Amino acid sequence: MAMSSDEEYGSDQMMSDDELDADSLGELAGNLDSDYDNDADDDQFLENMRDDKPQKPAYEVDYTTLSDAELRNKQKEQVEDVRHILGQPVEQTAILLRYFKWQKERLIDKYMDDPDKVLEDAGLGAEWNDDPKLEKVRGFSCDICCDDDAEMNTYSMRCGHRYCADCYKQYLENKIMSEGESGRIQCPTDGCSRIVDSKTVRLLASPKVLARYGELLNRTYVDDKPNLRWCPAPECEFAVDCAVRQTELHKIIPTVVCNCGLRFCFGCGHNDHQPCPCALMKKWLKKCEDDSETANWISAHTKECPKCVSTIEKNGGCNHMTCRKCKHEFCWVCMGPWSEHGTNWYNCNRFEEKSGEEARGQQAKSRASLERYLHYYNRYANHDHSAKLDKDLYVKTEKKMTSLQSSSGMSWIEVQYLEAASTALQQCRQTLKWTYAFAFYLQRNNDTYIFEDNQRDLEMAVEQLSELFEKPADQLAASRKEMVDKTAYVGHRRRILLEDTANGLRDERWQFTTDIR
Amino acid sequence: MSSSKRITKEYGELENDPIPGVTIKPIDQDMYNWDIEMSGPAGTPYANGTFKVRLTLPTEYPFKPPTIAFKTKIYHPNVSNDDKGNMCLGMLRTDDWKPSCKLRTVLTLAMKLLNEPDTNDAVETSIVEQMKSNHDAYVQRAKEWTKTYAV
Repeated sequence: MAMSSDEEYGSDQMMSDDELDADSLGELAGNLDSDYDNDADDDQFLENMRDDKPQKPAYEVDYTTLSDAELRNKQKEQVEDVRHILGQPVEQTAILLRYFKWQKERLIDKYMDDPDKVLEDAGLGAEWNDDPKLEKVRGFSCDICCDDDAEMNTYSMRCGHRYCADCYKQYLENKIMSEGESGRIQCPTDGCSRIVDSKTVRLLASPKVLARYGELLNRTYVDDKPNLRWCPAPECEFAVDCAVRQTELHKIIPTVVCNCGLRFCFGCGHNDHQPCPCALMKKWLKKCEDDSETANWISAHTKECPKCVSTIEKNGGCNHMTCRKCKHEFCWVCMGPWSEHGTNWYNCNRFEEKSGEEARGQQAKSRASLERYLHYYNRYANHDHSAKLDKDLYVKTEKKMTSLQSSSGMSWIEVQYLEAASTALQQCRQTLKWTYAFAFYLQRNNDTYIFEDNQRDLEMAVEQLSELFEKPADQLAASRKEMVDKTAYVGHRRRILLEDTANGLRDERWQFTTDIR
Repeated sequence: MSSSKRITKEYGELENDPIPGVTIKPIDQDMYNWDIEMSGPAGTPYANGTFKVRLTLPTEYPFKPPTIAFKTKIYHPNVSNDDKGNMCLGMLRTDDWKPSCKLRTVLTLAMKLLNEPDTNDAVETSIVEQMKSNHDAYVQRAKEWTKTYAV
């Protein structure tokens, strides 16, 4: 299957992103006059949306999802392509391609230069065409099991390191079945790096091991190709093909949706983290791991040593503090050096001391940066938490949907708006969550205000929808129309925000406080 | 096919031609657990100490690597300072182990590490830092431990 092109946008796989929005977009347009008439920007945006509809949003990327069979076919196709050029049989071509990590051009170049060397390096030397076979060797003793039975079958690759067939088999089984190796298994001899070829595996391994070997080789295809990535969902067997390269990740966040339903980032494999670029996402998560749990407590109960900025908790009554780390003595109340207090400590009348003032200034600075972080972290964590609560609520609501059908006389299809609302809430909260990590690293300028406006509008819409969603089941029927409208509206606000951030990343318009390359 | 023949052979060879400083207790019932005593090499902070070491062979031996653990506490950058006392040897990593590797090589390397710790591949990074910043303090500490636990 070829990479999907622009024309293919709108195919089933691409639709999964915003299907609920697309469904209700027409409805939104109809309702707009009554509900959002005063919001001229929105009207304008909707006009643009209609005009630009065939154009791909800036925050989406082209990709295709590949099943196991499709992956095998892709490999077959490439082998077919190359084997005619090289004039080699299928098996050998596959080995050569694997050896060159599927870089066709490089393989062809090198092969044209010096075919013998390429074949030798890939473990396909001159004798390759002879089928490998087991031999009985007189006076042979196997170095692995120390058996020396004269009737024993033995095997060696071209490197000449010979072992009994049973040991060779068990070695391969251990590597393949328990260590998951395939294309990089070496000769069992210490220091010999000759790769065990597939003919050897076929000769020695049991059908079960051989089948696993094939599966693992298939996996290495995905691992070796930079345009392929396994879906990170447990048990999911799909891979995603996307042309976005690792070097572009500071300009684009390639969010993809696997056939199994998981939304994840093709660049890093993490769950969808738009609009926060991969590098910022990683920095943020690391920071949260280090800081967040204790940061709240620290902010409430501690001060920093004015000299070495170690965090200090006051757990006794005396104000004469001695820093454990740098031994600096200071006053807990005014933060000035203790030496200036003399015997007047109880009044702490050194308030005007210059050194105390400086120390307090320093401390205020470090407090402010902590408070800034907590501001963003609390909102980030809150959306994460709320998304979970919304989901729990939906599970309960789902049960009530049945009762709603009987009490209000609505049909099954008519109560589906609840599911649409729930999905929209999840998706928007996921986006909102990451807007706070994004904002934490953002430098303040005019673009920041636009971003914050977008963030606020989305947040407000989400909270309104969330509130509607919390109503008891018997009142849900009455708010159906409002809920459908709001569901469409949050999707619409989310697209605006993502479009703006994605365009900014592409044009490198955002200025961050840290390097995102 | 069992690994007993190979293990017996390796044991026999080590018994006939022992590695200097390495004493292996006789293996009778359990040939997968070897009790070993290693003498601290002269000229190192471990001199005069006798270190009890347990060599454990997995049932898949020699297809899977053995493990080596110090039962006597030792202040050494390549031995984990916990109740396991695992010694970190490059050749014992699953990816690097080959079935043709011999226990003689493993024990010789372990002895070599006692002689000169490998600071590039350490489990106890704090000890490495100390060796670099204050070598005398390291030597003193290692000597103390040897005296306390291994003599």
